[in-house]
Amino acid sequence: MSKYLLNKFLYTVDRDPELVERYRADPSGTVDWWEREVANTVLNCTAAEKSTWLAFTGDERRALREQDHVALFGMGAHPFLTLTLFIAMFERDHGPLEYQRAYARAMEHIQLPYPDIAT
Amino acid sequence: MATVAAVIASTHHPFYYRASTSTGADRPPFADEWVAKIEAFRATLTRAEPDVLVMVGSDHFHQLWLDNMPQFLVGKAPFFDANWYNEEREFGLPRMRLAGDEELAAYLLREGLDAGFDLAFSNELRIDHSVTCPIITLRPQADLPVVPVYTNIFAPPMPRPERFVALGRALRRMVEAWPSDKRVAIIGTGHLSLELGGPRQFGPHGPDPEFDRKAVAWIANGDVDGCLAEVTLDSLHAPGNATHGFMDFMLMMGAAGNGVKADYTDSLDLFHTMEAYFTWYPEGARS
Repeated sequence: MSKYLLNKFLYTVDRDPELVERYRADPSGTVDWWEREVANTVLNCTAAEKSTWLAFTGDERRALREQDHVALFGMGAHPFLTLTLFIAMFERDHGPLEYQRAYARAMEHIQLPYPDIAT
Repeated sequence: MATVAAVIASTHHPFYYRASTSTGADRPPFADEWVAKIEAFRATLTRAEPDVLVMVGSDHFHQLWLDNMPQFLVGKAPFFDANWYNEEREFGLPRMRLAGDEELAAYLLREGLDAGFDLAFSNELRIDHSVTCPIITLRPQADLPVVPVYTNIFAPPMPRPERFVALGRALRRMVEAWPSDKRVAIIGTGHLSLELGGPRQFGPHGPDPEFDRKAVAWIANGDVDGCLAEVTLDSLHAPGNATHGFMDFMLMMGAAGNGVKADYTDSLDLFHTMEAYFTWYPEGARS
């Protein structure tokens, strides 16, 4: 499990308008590129100062490629990050609050306690 | 010594700016009532005639991130740029720039460290809607210097509720002992019950109206003990998965004082989450 890395993906994509569009248009390609080029970047350091150990598990990579917010929630990805990014990508295709409510309905089966989001 | 001109606790609703400025068919049916309540709340700060604002809020993964996460942080800078691309995108919030009060920030850092709070600091902090929403609602002219105090209510492990109350008490003591003739308002924003990114989000009310009812009573009555008897890091999961933001209200209850009733209380039941507004006047009620 690498909740931190899932969050790092959601965080770095959400804050960059070009990456938001790229992830919407090409989910698998963006995830693969990101894992190869960005996953081991230490934010706030120069590019050469990379980490060496960060990688997705197969399930995590699949959930990101399939833009499966329910699976991401189940893995303990930070729900605020997932929600914010997914609203950015998909709210535009729906009426007011329609996407947010459908997002919640897809999770109706989930009971407390929710998956732990501690990293 | 400085004067605590007001202690103010509020929800910070990022949709207020858009709701209050929209017109015609875009204007939601609840906007007029919301604006009226906000204008009445705003008057409680105006009446206090503050010179400087200590602003307690929480970064929403904008500048503070999991590779380097402070629990409590004071912004010490001459200016704070404010609001981020994703807040502009989702909430329509404007970019802003607020002046800082470096003297008060330096004082709070020194005194806070000496009082047992290992406060982090930032000399270049871009603040987000947890601070700008109360500027928009309470001081839209944005003409007063601020000292942002950020808390971690977002990324576990977090400090326990007792620690938030203790920091609020310490902030109040420190401001009262600040060798200055300025009038300081201590303003903090958090949430009542709130769910983000889970099955209970964006319902017709907040996810737990019963929690909200109790929370408003705790705050309005200054019932710190009653609140602490029920609220723990674990218990806050039940009312909604983002309800840890209530700990910023608990910080403000610490700043207001144990058993001290709010001089002004109001609330507004909206979809998704309940709004709540509280003002205390430590000098006595102002007319």
